[in-house]
Amino acid sequence: MTDNSIKTNRLIIGLVAVVVIGAIALYQWQGSISGKKSPFQPVKSKVSEYSLDNGMKIIVREDHRAPVVVSQIWYKVGASYEHGGITGVSHVLEHMMFKGTTAHPPGEFSKIISENGGRENAFTGRDYTAYFQQLEKSRLAVSFELEADRMRNLLLLPEEFAKEVKVVMEERRLRTEDNPQSLTYENFAATAFQTSPYHNPIIGWMNDLENMNIQDLQAWYKKWYAPNNATLVVAGDVNPKEVYLLAQKYFGVIPRSKNGVNKPQLETEQNGIRRIVVKRPAKLAYLLMGYQVPVLKTAKEEWEPYALEVLAEIMDGDESARLTTNLVRGQQIVAAASASYDILARLQSLFLFSGVPSEGKTVQEIEQALRVEIERVKNEPVSREELERVKTQVVASDVYEKDSVFYQAMQIGTLETIGLNWKLMDEYVERIRAVTPEQVQQVARKYLIEDHLTVAVLEPLPLENKKGMTNAGGSTHDTRH
Amino acid sequence: MIRVIDHYAVRLIFVISIIFSAQVLASPDIEHWKTGDGARVYFVEAMELPMVDIHIIFDAGSARDGEQAGLANFTATLLSDGAGGLNSDTIAKRFSEIGARFGAGVDRDMTTVTLRTLIGDEYMKPALALFNTLLTKPDFPEQDIERERQRILIGLQQEEQSPGSIVDRTFYKKLYGTHPYATPPNGTSASIKTITRDMIQSFHAKYYVSGNAVIAITGAVSKNEARKIAEQITEGLAKGTAAENIPVVSALEKAGVENIAHPSTQTHVRMGQPGVKRGDPDYFALYVGNHVLGGSGLVSRLSDEVREKRAMSYSVYSYFIPQREYGAFTIGLQTKNDQTSEAIDVVKTVLQDYIEHGPTKEELVSSKKNITGGFPLNIASNSKIIGYISMIGFYGLPLDYLDRFNDNINSVTIEQIQEAFKRRLDIGKMVTVTVGGQQ
Repeated sequence: MTDNSIKTNRLIIGLVAVVVIGAIALYQWQGSISGKKSPFQPVKSKVSEYSLDNGMKIIVREDHRAPVVVSQIWYKVGASYEHGGITGVSHVLEHMMFKGTTAHPPGEFSKIISENGGRENAFTGRDYTAYFQQLEKSRLAVSFELEADRMRNLLLLPEEFAKEVKVVMEERRLRTEDNPQSLTYENFAATAFQTSPYHNPIIGWMNDLENMNIQDLQAWYKKWYAPNNATLVVAGDVNPKEVYLLAQKYFGVIPRSKNGVNKPQLETEQNGIRRIVVKRPAKLAYLLMGYQVPVLKTAKEEWEPYALEVLAEIMDGDESARLTTNLVRGQQIVAAASASYDILARLQSLFLFSGVPSEGKTVQEIEQALRVEIERVKNEPVSREELERVKTQVVASDVYEKDSVFYQAMQIGTLETIGLNWKLMDEYVERIRAVTPEQVQQVARKYLIEDHLTVAVLEPLPLENKKGMTNAGGSTHDTRH
Repeated sequence: MIRVIDHYAVRLIFVISIIFSAQVLASPDIEHWKTGDGARVYFVEAMELPMVDIHIIFDAGSARDGEQAGLANFTATLLSDGAGGLNSDTIAKRFSEIGARFGAGVDRDMTTVTLRTLIGDEYMKPALALFNTLLTKPDFPEQDIERERQRILIGLQQEEQSPGSIVDRTFYKKLYGTHPYATPPNGTSASIKTITRDMIQSFHAKYYVSGNAVIAITGAVSKNEARKIAEQITEGLAKGTAAENIPVVSALEKAGVENIAHPSTQTHVRMGQPGVKRGDPDYFALYVGNHVLGGSGLVSRLSDEVREKRAMSYSVYSYFIPQREYGAFTIGLQTKNDQTSEAIDVVKTVLQDYIEHGPTKEELVSSKKNITGGFPLNIASNSKIIGYISMIGFYGLPLDYLDRFNDNINSVTIEQIQEAFKRRLDIGKMVTVTVGGQQ
């Protein structure tokens, strides 16, 4: 290690040695990064973990850099818990969570948070529904009071539902219907996943939204919104014990519910390549390729997801990665290309490639070029140099990400909600550092196989853009002094 | 790709709302000096994380494009594509192997070139040296110019298939007419095709100079180290002079409407006028006033009327973008094609009422509480701190801007808001652009 006491001292700030319930994960990087000595000994997150008697889990991540706090409540429910006919119900319910309880009429939740200088939002994913507030640290109780209230006392008024489902349909038009690449992805996922609930879009199919009713929401709320199905993640300038006591006060009084049960709905074996074409008005063609792969939660071999993670970085980690170097700058066959892998999913997922062809190139050509890169990674071990770059990037990202308290809370919440332990967050860098060139090659050979591939192509139809359809109320030019 | 969807869309724009509650909180200590060659430096020490962020901002936004719309952006894009004899592959590898992140971006007022690096000689030294090479010795190789030209053109085609992008481009064109703010920072396909290497080189030579630069540094370095960093990254940069003033934006004389057909299920709407500039005496009244009107997410008047009461749009908002010259005042929404005119009518009614009467006493109090109470969130990370010291530096706002901001917010009255909105906004002279309606 470089002997630099100033730099080491900087990190002491994050290392107030208070032992709290749950592990405090501290570790030091051993050895070197990228063949160079590490300039510092990073201290991992100081995290405390508690449970309430009603089964609610509380995880507190301390960060004392600024007098602020983020509070996130994560429910183990999302689009992948849904079945046909009610797709999108988790997300519509998330919208309805702002529409009033017995104590607070519709709209008041947001008003109270706003008057406390807070920012709030909520998000729905495949595997979770989460709500958050960001506040000056002394206002944390405001968030707890309101979240505890809507965990149990939601009104679900029919007249509010009738309006809000229309807002969600507008959201679907904005995000999916009028965005040709999103629509292609939606069709692609519905093809790649046959029996897995990842088949359905998070926002739901339009026809399901049109036929959703208040009973669907009531049943969903009753089934999944309970303290024993929730994780509270608090990050910021807080004292963990005080957070625990405050949570006990507001959430501790909510009784435990019968656990919601979900069928496994595992994806069936794919026995051959699947191809689809999506035709929409667009200017650009677009290609998506996805291979069935395990994720951290489902992997039989613990190291495999980390090797797949490294593989994604080798392909598309940064400007020096293979897709940009070889396909964008080298052959200039794509205008943009990406490779991605979502290690934090609840169910088996996809290793994805996407691309937009350069002028004059076709999707067939870019598929061919991507396949050449895929074959290469199967046939040749990645170079030491490339692997070291990836590992350095991961170590650097680990430092940079600590600038965002929100992001760290997100990581904890995601891990816990898909059924993994938040401590995996602190193992991540070491696990990545342990991946060998042979392992990257092995996962490429094992998982990037033709019979487990789905390919979708966006085939552009003309936009027929007619300018100046109507022109009322003023001149279209020269409207100034 | 949709992986997660939010409850409501947050419109990401460069409006930094900085509020300071003097009784409770200390604002970051901003150190300010000039480099030997005259670049203005703004520095905030943040020792907690072993990293440093550096932004160098040139008064070289797309308003400087001249006849070649997109020139500033094209130039910035090419910085990492060859410099000091290193090619783009080598540059990418060198940043990658030390974990450094390089970026360059352009808006209407500025070109911002950024570096994020770990501290420690093994990382920071080579990162700073390479950053300096890219800033001062770009090669602009012909083959990289041609490749990036093609990629920019593809990006423009992507915008042409998005009603949200078309509406923004058209809105600015109508709002600003012949003013340089009218053209899109990415340029147009016609202009991008005409840009030559000479133009790019001249643009760089003229605007990437110390006399036209502001440097912002935040991170785990001392003031002395920051001084060295500022000198080091600008070493070899011509001294140069500050860019000339950009033209004044003139007010709209009459209303303008443009409806563009697009095969989408929704129609995207933008309405507005030239609004406010940095340092404007009406700034605080307009900022607080807009917070009530359409700047406070779900609790704003526009959101209440259009989304909460009528379920007509997922996202509806208004904002002022304070720029060097009058930035846009914009109201935006998207709605199912067949209810477009109804939505526009609702917006007009809300706006007209607001211009005439201003906020209620209760609304004003609520907005002030949100703005002032949320101040600590604005400076809660290095990224946020560097964002606003860049802004203070670039627009030449006073160093105690933050300390006085809270008082400025709290001193805004209903009458001031009402008076400023009445004087500055006129529905009878607004631009309205719609895109959609063909499906």
